[in-house]
Amino acid sequence: MRYLPLTDQDRKAMLGVIGANSIDDLFVDVPEEARLDGPIAGLPMHASEMAVERHFAGLARQNLAAGDHPFFLGAGAYKHHVPASVDHLIQRGEFLTAYTPYQPEIAQGTLQMLFEFQTQVARLFGCDVANASMYDGSTACWEAIGMAGRVTKRKKALLSSGLHPHYVSVARTMARFTGDTLDTALPSFDGTDIEQLIAAVDGETSCVVVQYPDILGRIEDLSAIAAKCHEHGALLIAVVTEPVALGAIRSPGEMGADIVVGEGQSLGVGLQFGGPYVGLFACKEKFVRQMPGRLCGETVDAEGKRGFVLTLSTREQHIRREKATSNICTNSGLCALAFSIHMSLLGERGLRDLAALNHANAVRATERLTQVPGVGIVNESFFNEFTLKLPVNAREAVHKLAERKILGGVSLGRLYPDDGQLEYGLLVAVTEVVTDEDIETFADALQEILS
Amino acid sequence: MSAINTSGWKPEMANNDVTTSSTYTGNRALMLEEALIFEIGDSETTGVDLEDAPQVASRLGGLERNRTIGLPGLSEPQTVRHYTRLSRQNYGIDLGFFPLGSCTMKHNPRLNEKVARMKGFLDVHPMQPQETVQGALAVIHQLAEWLVTLTGMHSVAMSPKAGAHGELCGILAIKAALDARGEDRPVVLVPESAHGTNPATAAFAGFRVENIPATPEGRVDVAALKARLGPDVAGVMITNPNTCGLFESELKTISDAVHAVGGFVYCDGANFNAIVGRVRPGDLGVDAMHINLHKTFSTPHGGGGPGSGPVVLSEALAPFGPIPYVTRLADGRFKLVEEENAGEDHAQTFGRMTAFHGQMGMFTRALSYIMSHGADGLRQVAEDAVLNANYVLRSLENTLEAPFAGSGPCMHEALFTDNGLAEGFTTLDIAKGLIDEGFHPMTVYFPLVVHGAMLVEPTETESKAALDQFIGALRSVAERAKAGDASLKSAPHFAPRRRLDETLAARKPQLVWKEPELPVAAE
Repeated sequence: MRYLPLTDQDRKAMLGVIGANSIDDLFVDVPEEARLDGPIAGLPMHASEMAVERHFAGLARQNLAAGDHPFFLGAGAYKHHVPASVDHLIQRGEFLTAYTPYQPEIAQGTLQMLFEFQTQVARLFGCDVANASMYDGSTACWEAIGMAGRVTKRKKALLSSGLHPHYVSVARTMARFTGDTLDTALPSFDGTDIEQLIAAVDGETSCVVVQYPDILGRIEDLSAIAAKCHEHGALLIAVVTEPVALGAIRSPGEMGADIVVGEGQSLGVGLQFGGPYVGLFACKEKFVRQMPGRLCGETVDAEGKRGFVLTLSTREQHIRREKATSNICTNSGLCALAFSIHMSLLGERGLRDLAALNHANAVRATERLTQVPGVGIVNESFFNEFTLKLPVNAREAVHKLAERKILGGVSLGRLYPDDGQLEYGLLVAVTEVVTDEDIETFADALQEILS
Repeated sequence: MSAINTSGWKPEMANNDVTTSSTYTGNRALMLEEALIFEIGDSETTGVDLEDAPQVASRLGGLERNRTIGLPGLSEPQTVRHYTRLSRQNYGIDLGFFPLGSCTMKHNPRLNEKVARMKGFLDVHPMQPQETVQGALAVIHQLAEWLVTLTGMHSVAMSPKAGAHGELCGILAIKAALDARGEDRPVVLVPESAHGTNPATAAFAGFRVENIPATPEGRVDVAALKARLGPDVAGVMITNPNTCGLFESELKTISDAVHAVGGFVYCDGANFNAIVGRVRPGDLGVDAMHINLHKTFSTPHGGGGPGSGPVVLSEALAPFGPIPYVTRLADGRFKLVEEENAGEDHAQTFGRMTAFHGQMGMFTRALSYIMSHGADGLRQVAEDAVLNANYVLRSLENTLEAPFAGSGPCMHEALFTDNGLAEGFTTLDIAKGLIDEGFHPMTVYFPLVVHGAMLVEPTETESKAALDQFIGALRSVAERAKAGDASLKSAPHFAPRRRLDETLAARKPQLVWKEPELPVAAE
């Protein structure tokens, strides 16, 4: 077998050193009735590299790849062009096949990268500090709610109706077991619920969670809700599912958010059918000891040279066990690397240009798509994603578009299965990869479907 | 002292202290220093050429950015060089032996990377209509089926993002099952030798954690555990093989006893590599077990993730598992069961654990690995992993104290302690000495049940020659520690950095880069 270097001669010699007659002697502690006496039933025997590759190529061909067709899906995962050098660099074996930097003297590559990543994320979000990544945006969002509970010693969280419904589901799952109370509502086409949230904050509120831009693509000033939270000792958590937006609009931290979390998939990571992604987590410096996850910090070595280590680990499970701030261990290191490389390639100017291009493409798409008879737009404001109101159930429209090999957005009916009004909503994302021709094709097909 | 490395640096050369001669750049030939991106980049440089954005009227709601962000950019050549230089300050499996116990640092086949990057997997969106992603759903379903086969369990939850997330999945399923029965059982029992994630997970889910002691032979004290069982116990979390590298031979007895009082058995499957294809946890009465795809099934560790932690579930817990999941319809098509259509199929689900369907990129890699090995190859994986660990154990038991060597063979990892080192010498010194010898150290100071633990997990992808070299090196370093060789206290001498001041880092945390303060100009 190509992955196993031991020869039969090696095995024999090694058993001799061990003083065992056969390999079975090494499994004597397994109760006899639990030992399998041959290759397990139900699995095929080994396969050649060529055979495996052929099998997967066949399966891959059964999927419509985003890059091959007009593509307009978003809702928390966005298609952006990833420069070729990103994927090349993350495949350097020293990055790819390393692990959590427990031995900092031989992990400075990962550690320096994490320090740079933390700084990039903190600056992008307008926060003081950021951690070394979480699993994804949805789990980062839940961890932020948990952290707000630890900081405020309160258990009531107000979730904006504009928060991604899957993020709400994750929070609901966790809250069910931790005893936190979550106030949630369904979004409405008639406007956001920011005024209701401002009115609802009181002395029992641990945090308010708002998405920016929200699930329907709307952008709203967070200053007033931040001020109201602070007045009552609550924290404002902002969730950013599209970090590219922050190249165009001001950061949540600037507007007073205490914790800003997000999904970093847009930069460097790719769509990957939902994972692995990378959770971004940043906050004000005063809360740093309540943060979940790994933190990388600067220090010096015995010769006084600058170096980096994992730090403040007394928050973490391997030290604190049942008193840890989170149970997270392995996080999303390689995706953080991809994010950081892509961000270094872009730089401030590149990010601003990329954001401007996304916004311009989206604006032009709305202009064309709303010319289709019966189609309206819900948003007053948006970045690269907006909600169309169709005269038919958007689920059906999505499937009919797919039959024409157009991936035309995410139907709100899929995200909110139980709401009569929302099922006319179609969430459409338009990034830099969308061409004028794609928009034309989409608009023409939509018109055909609706007529 | 015996020369280990016959082709390169030799111990007798150590007297020529190269560290004293300095260079203009601070570089040492191939060991290259690298500044931070904030020191070499600037906000006007970019390594990406974009088309000009067409002029449009802004729809940003009046929230246009009006401040600089502070993100430096690099040209493409600078970027490639920056990260290539950083990579060279890292140790990885590709470079050498990486026996980090409990982490299963095995070779990462590059076929898996190739497969995961096929555009039909890499470039598909999680919310695409299901008819456009049948191949992706087929991958998830196939992997799920084989994980169930390999563990002898009833079903599997694929969405957990890593091992600790999988633990949470299992514990939440247990809690949901108890809720459904209307039972409030506040206690989860965890052996002292457990991974830190176990108690952290149970505590997160609202359970009170109670520790169960280990026997002098390094296994769970079954009598103590049985004595603690009662109607307040929700379940136990047991690692098998355990963190001392031993098989918990009485797991079935434990499971039966826990079930008899209405509790559940969670098995931490971090060490599944030792038994894959040879033992099915389902035969031992386990109710839930996470599988680290990044350990047993070779997906890359990536410098700290991404991982993937599917959880196999018993029939009793299956109805409570998370959504979404994939099923196969009678006509052979695959269906993703989520909020929209979960209703009747999965009414008792405890809910969603993550935004989408799990770590697809890890699923393709793990499935490629399982297919490559097949039933015969996986059995050989477990056998070689156990053989390699026992070879290390028996080769070193006369050099370092091996506390459980008398308990019989070990499984996939060999445990040693710091007993017998010279006064003032520690496990840490041995670890740092191994760095100079060109190895990644073993896991140190874990498990907590022995003093100064050193946990060596060689995995099956090491050759006998690689093991022999490591054994020689560890023997040499251990002898130096026993003899009180002072040079070991300041090791590593040859790494990109000497020992780092972790106390300083924690006392004055500097977690982001800040512009150095400019000296105030003299008036």
